[in-house]
Amino acid sequence: MTGHALPLRSRLAAKGLDGVTLMAVPAAIFLIALFIYPFGYGLWLSFKPKDGGWFLANYVKFFSDPFLYDTIYTTLALAFPVTIVNLLFAVPVAFRVRLMKHQRLLTTILVLPITLGTVLVAEGMLNYFGPQGWFIRTLVSTGLFSPGQIKLVNNYWGVFISLVITGFPFTFLLTLSYVSGIDPALEQAAATLGARSAARFRHIFLPLLMPGLAITFCLSFVQAYSVLPSAVLLGAPAGPTRVISIAAYQAAFEQYDRPMASAIAMIMGFVQFAVVVAALSLRNLFYRGPAAGAKG
Amino acid sequence: MSTAVLDTPSAAPATPATMRSVGSRLWIIAVWTTMIFFIVNLFGIIAAVVTSSFATRWLRSWLPQGWTTKWYFSAWAEFQLTEVLVVTFQIVGAVVLLSGLIGVPAAYALARREFPGKKALMLLFLLPLLVPPVTFGIPLATVLYQSGLGGTMWGVILANLVPTVPFVILVMIPFIEQIDPRVEAAARVFGAGTLRMFVHVLLPLLMPGILAALLLVLVRTIAMFELTFLTAGPTSQTLVVALYYAVFAAGVRAVQSIDAMAVVYMVTTLIWLVIALRFVNPTQMVTRAKRPSH
Repeated sequence: MTGHALPLRSRLAAKGLDGVTLMAVPAAIFLIALFIYPFGYGLWLSFKPKDGGWFLANYVKFFSDPFLYDTIYTTLALAFPVTIVNLLFAVPVAFRVRLMKHQRLLTTILVLPITLGTVLVAEGMLNYFGPQGWFIRTLVSTGLFSPGQIKLVNNYWGVFISLVITGFPFTFLLTLSYVSGIDPALEQAAATLGARSAARFRHIFLPLLMPGLAITFCLSFVQAYSVLPSAVLLGAPAGPTRVISIAAYQAAFEQYDRPMASAIAMIMGFVQFAVVVAALSLRNLFYRGPAAGAKG
Repeated sequence: MSTAVLDTPSAAPATPATMRSVGSRLWIIAVWTTMIFFIVNLFGIIAAVVTSSFATRWLRSWLPQGWTTKWYFSAWAEFQLTEVLVVTFQIVGAVVLLSGLIGVPAAYALARREFPGKKALMLLFLLPLLVPPVTFGIPLATVLYQSGLGGTMWGVILANLVPTVPFVILVMIPFIEQIDPRVEAAARVFGAGTLRMFVHVLLPLLMPGILAALLLVLVRTIAMFELTFLTAGPTSQTLVVALYYAVFAAGVRAVQSIDAMAVVYMVTTLIWLVIALRFVNPTQMVTRAKRPSH
């Protein structure tokens, strides 16, 4: 504007606050309004039980009703093994694929289940892994199994398989991006000094990969922990696969008890947060430093 | 392989080389077999849906008794797919447009300026991508319903913008950083203000990156189930949510009809995926990559 505004303007500009910086304001306001505020509101609401009473009543109710608190364990019992299985498969495959010249076809195929999403995978699995589906038919035709002996949908394994089908590509593509970020010169140096492939993996790659794997674990776990559609469609949502997001959904949209739903969502967020913190602090026990072998 | 893993570096050279090569060859075969098994089953799942959608009757046999396209017509009418598709593209279009309009300028500010509180701002933009949609979707749906937006199309659009705006920002930052700041300085020397410089100089340069980011947003929004499911009302369902309700109420309609709808959804998603993959690397679907495009 005029004389007075200018010095302030240049002082702010010196700190990096000028017209360009202001362009970040709409995005910041948007996310504060639709991400931070709902979280805060949800937390506040969870302390205001629908039927009145003590401010912790919702949490007390959750932790005293096995139908509710068991969902934590049910979800962990799915999310943990799935994440571990996905990681255990993703690492060796990523190490093979890293050497491939034409990775694009494979990565394109693997991006399919992520893009199509859990709902479509669930519908496909009901056909394919169902009692009359091609998978069971193939197993029965080998003569090793009798019809009806194995059941792969509407139980724990249905949800497990669906989480592998959508989760493995995610874990793999993340791992691959970390593995390809490691300078091949480091491996060549180790090989020159006589380290065999297993030793190279254990002493060179694994320590360099650990931070990336910890983050991959966290992201994969958090995704598996918030499973909703496949737990309903492919699982037994009243019993063995009644995961915590089903409990939260039912509280919000079937009982219309929004404070309780918020409390369950907060508990879900807290469990995820606790596992992530645990995984990341384990990571700190390992090597931390550059994975690119350039001169530092 | 199990013995090889246990080797210490000092013991490694002692193992006979022949044994190792057999072991590592078996290991490679095992890795690829697992991978092929996974891909075969993945295609089996997709093929089962497509086969079923064209089947007259398919019970207790490897293949259906006959083939027909009638389920597509009945699914189209039963599930009101015209309306659902119109709603889907209205929502997706608005999400793509708005996340570009809000995200690109913010990415520019973050790429070009150092200012107090930048780290906190970056964290604010990272969190919605790290926290899974169900976790923040329930409190968000509560707020939207209380403000009267829940169940409306705008509610769905706002909810979907929560992860897509940060996504655009994080994809665009490295893309903007690689553009030479001297180009902008030159524009400013010639008297262009921030807005004019942005529209006439930066936007054309950034177009490939914006296109890639927005195509990824498009594909992700078509497939975004959780947030839409938690905030949509009967008139604001997208295709994936309508598909969920159809599968959920299976038994009411013929399986083939649901599968026909699933194929419609699949085709809708895959068309955009194919277009997107012309501009981006598949790994960018998950990694919010460092390289802009390929």
